[in-house]
Amino acid sequence: MEKSVLSRRTIASSRRFVRWLTKPEVLLGLIMLFMMYYMIIIPLYRMVETTLTWQARDLITNPDAEVGKFTLFHYTRMLTGALSEIYMFKPLMHSFTIAIGATLIALVIGGSLAWLVVRTDMPGRKLVNQLALIPYIMPSWTLAQAWVVLFKSRAVSGGTPGVFEALVGYAPPQWLSYGPLPIMICSALHYYTFFFLFVSAALMSIDSNLEEAGELMGASRWRILRKITMPLVVPAILSGFIMTFSKVLGTFGGPNILGTPVRYYVVSTMMRGSMSVGDTADGFVLAIVLIMFSVVTITLNQRLIGTRRSYETIGGRGFVANLSKLGRWKNFFRNSVVVFQILVIVLPLGLLLLSSVMLRDGQYSIDNLSLQHWIGPRGTVYNSGEPGVLLNPHVRAAAWNSIKLALWTALFTALIGVLLGYAIVKGRGSRLSKILEQLAYIPYVIPGIAFGAVYIAMFLKPVGPIPPLYGTFALLVIVSVAKHIPYSSRSGVSAMMQVGRELEEAGEVAGAKVVRRFRQIIFPLTSTGFVAGFLLTFITTMRELSLIIMLVTPETQVLASKTMFYIEDGNDQMANVVILILVAITALGNFVIGRFRGGSLQKGLGL
Amino acid sequence: MKTTIEIKNLTKRFGDVEAVKNVSLTVDPGSFLTLLGPSGCGKTTLLRCVAGLEDPDGGDIYIGDKLVFSYDRGISLSPGERELGLVFQSYALWPHMKVDKNITFALEIQKMGKEEMQERVKESLAEVQMSGYEDRYPREMSGGQQQRIALARMLAYRPKLFLMDEPLSNLDARLRMDMRTEIKRLHKASDSTTIYVTHDQIEALTMSSKIAVMKEGVIHQLDTPDKVYHYPADLFVADFIGNPKMNLLDAVSDGKESIDLGKFKLKAETHNFVGDIVVGIRPEEITIFEEPTPDAIEFIAYSVLPAGADSTVLAHLDDLEITIKESGTSKLNMDEKIWLKFNPDALNLYDKETGKLIQKLE
Repeated sequence: MEKSVLSRRTIASSRRFVRWLTKPEVLLGLIMLFMMYYMIIIPLYRMVETTLTWQARDLITNPDAEVGKFTLFHYTRMLTGALSEIYMFKPLMHSFTIAIGATLIALVIGGSLAWLVVRTDMPGRKLVNQLALIPYIMPSWTLAQAWVVLFKSRAVSGGTPGVFEALVGYAPPQWLSYGPLPIMICSALHYYTFFFLFVSAALMSIDSNLEEAGELMGASRWRILRKITMPLVVPAILSGFIMTFSKVLGTFGGPNILGTPVRYYVVSTMMRGSMSVGDTADGFVLAIVLIMFSVVTITLNQRLIGTRRSYETIGGRGFVANLSKLGRWKNFFRNSVVVFQILVIVLPLGLLLLSSVMLRDGQYSIDNLSLQHWIGPRGTVYNSGEPGVLLNPHVRAAAWNSIKLALWTALFTALIGVLLGYAIVKGRGSRLSKILEQLAYIPYVIPGIAFGAVYIAMFLKPVGPIPPLYGTFALLVIVSVAKHIPYSSRSGVSAMMQVGRELEEAGEVAGAKVVRRFRQIIFPLTSTGFVAGFLLTFITTMRELSLIIMLVTPETQVLASKTMFYIEDGNDQMANVVILILVAITALGNFVIGRFRGGSLQKGLGL
Repeated sequence: MKTTIEIKNLTKRFGDVEAVKNVSLTVDPGSFLTLLGPSGCGKTTLLRCVAGLEDPDGGDIYIGDKLVFSYDRGISLSPGERELGLVFQSYALWPHMKVDKNITFALEIQKMGKEEMQERVKESLAEVQMSGYEDRYPREMSGGQQQRIALARMLAYRPKLFLMDEPLSNLDARLRMDMRTEIKRLHKASDSTTIYVTHDQIEALTMSSKIAVMKEGVIHQLDTPDKVYHYPADLFVADFIGNPKMNLLDAVSDGKESIDLGKFKLKAETHNFVGDIVVGIRPEEITIFEEPTPDAIEFIAYSVLPAGADSTVLAHLDDLEITIKESGTSKLNMDEKIWLKFNPDALNLYDKETGKLIQKLE
């Protein structure tokens, strides 16, 4: 008797457990949890583990070391040892210098552009608004490469003069050609977009009625600015600051092009250096330091502004602002902006184009013009004997890889976005939902270059049922998908919130099983977000460099990494052709998204 | 077709909060039960448990003779298997489907034939007076029309049980009136058992065969609208139902046939209860006289608010405040002396300690 009661209870509770487990949000949630565990947690763990254990390579310097046993050796070496100055502290200082400098420049540029566009009667504001985002659309190292074309120094780069030298007649000083200043400027001109977007959103959300009310009550302009305008703009500036700062901290392309030739190393380039000579553990220590700084800045931002999502732009509610009259300065400002935009968009692209159509680098004459680097034949003395880019099998393979990578990444990212959004929103309030949301956020605080490093740690050895993936194309897809998880989960959550739970429940009541509900209700209703997310991921993956630079092999080369390898081989002109193609692809993609979302490039960027 | 709903000891927790506490309830076949209560009282949760959209943490639910949920036996049928229809507060019409597709969605799952489906669409649209709207998208219709389509969608697959979750709360006052009539007529025509959730007491009083008044996950009274209105089972119900609110005054009962309100005494049936009580009387059960009258007590007219069909008068006697509802437009002036007579048959006495209605011991 007692026994049967007992077994009935066990049956009941196991039934309840199975029912809980087969709830779609739970089942999906657990699958997502498992996936993120493999894609995020284990790699991070492996990286930390590597830095804390003896590596085979350490036997050279420490013959007594027992490989795999715990040690603080890598930390002591990197943080206190004789080499720490070169490997850790100098690059760290450099990274900070550049990040701070670039952020300040970006603040001035982005802030003033935002003000001019949103709050003044400057002519042509709409167009300026659109063009302001273009530098961000281009791959981040485009400007750096254009800078090299312009200010190349014969003293450093082996023999050919830059455009500047050809025009002016003397070589530019080295501090102008390479090193911190150009890196700062090029990064600022790429990342000022954050300030521009955040500050203009904030300015747009200020109801000028508030300001007018202040005026009516007799407050002075300065007082209004201080008491009403500033409190609303400061959080935006702060967000932009943190965002730009952490991005520049983790950037690789610019510092590699403008810093490495003069041995000006930042954390990201130093990390790659260590890794490429086999000092994996040292590279990981650098990566951990970088991640820690990134975590600190982003946490600081959240503390100061109070929300994790402070980096989201507020949907500008478009109050009718009373525009500041620029009066006779109108044209001055307009012209300055035009000049600025020519300098950051037209000039760099023009320089890259010029460099790409010169047969011999550095000879600035009409008869040196040639399409050799675009469509030239194989076996010439140019391009190390490689055929021009458009005919080049290596480039073609890289382009194909790029497209494949972008497609797979975009597909998986968009899909994961919807599924993750579903699991998080439907399970709101449950522990699983909270954990998923927090896990999904982790890649956001890990700089791209460090994330790439993390993946090396992960897949050098087999992980559970997964074979060692290092050097495979799948690894590139996985790392790209993983890095996009924060964005995809965010857009998935907001898409699911818009759909609301009742629409699905109505289907449930009507008797639709989960597959039908997804097919006929959830997917159709989230399709707009899905396609937009797909396109956006496609473009960002196309031009992503720091994330994959350490993971590509000659077989898995993509266009972005191909440019970098061309540059490192001294094949700048070939690199420039590839960069131009990349710019064209990303610009086209953004245009399509803008169209698709029925509006601005701003939406296209998904910021 | 008539179905009984039986809920036994149902409990639902969200984290540490018990949204539904050990609720037992029987809904008679073909009746219209309203779950009424302030927001957060658990009424929607209870409805969602019946629908199968929430997994309760205890109890059993029968729909007809089918056990659809049992915690102890680990049974829970999916919403689709419970043969019920649910109208959501937001209507939950699928925005990417036209009206006819919205309606046939459930029918397709039941693998109904094309022709029969079209027949059902026509029929159900006619029932809600929306014939000819088959090709509209939800966004092309007004809120009231969407509401009707939501009803038609439920009617089309002829569930045994209708569940409605505040279906009228997004409509304006006038449409709400019309829809009340409509829903009441639909219920009568279909003969289905209905559970209806609302926080609007007028809806509850006008439409229901029975009302379950809920607060904090507990049913305080389950009765006919008439009983709920005239004999609220406890002070919460007394205070919640009625507009203007029932007058609730502290008093002492002598256990015989009078109660002492301090300033004056009233004759009342005390059911032998001795001690502190709260006496409740509806504003419309008090008559106003403009001159001294036997058994009437003198008050001051503090405010007079005529509203056409009836007027609300607030009367003061020192710190004692009483609301009176008079039919017609009141001619009283503010600060005038008035005399109030309390209908002795309409007095509800509550035990002050338990808050429960003092009733005849049987």
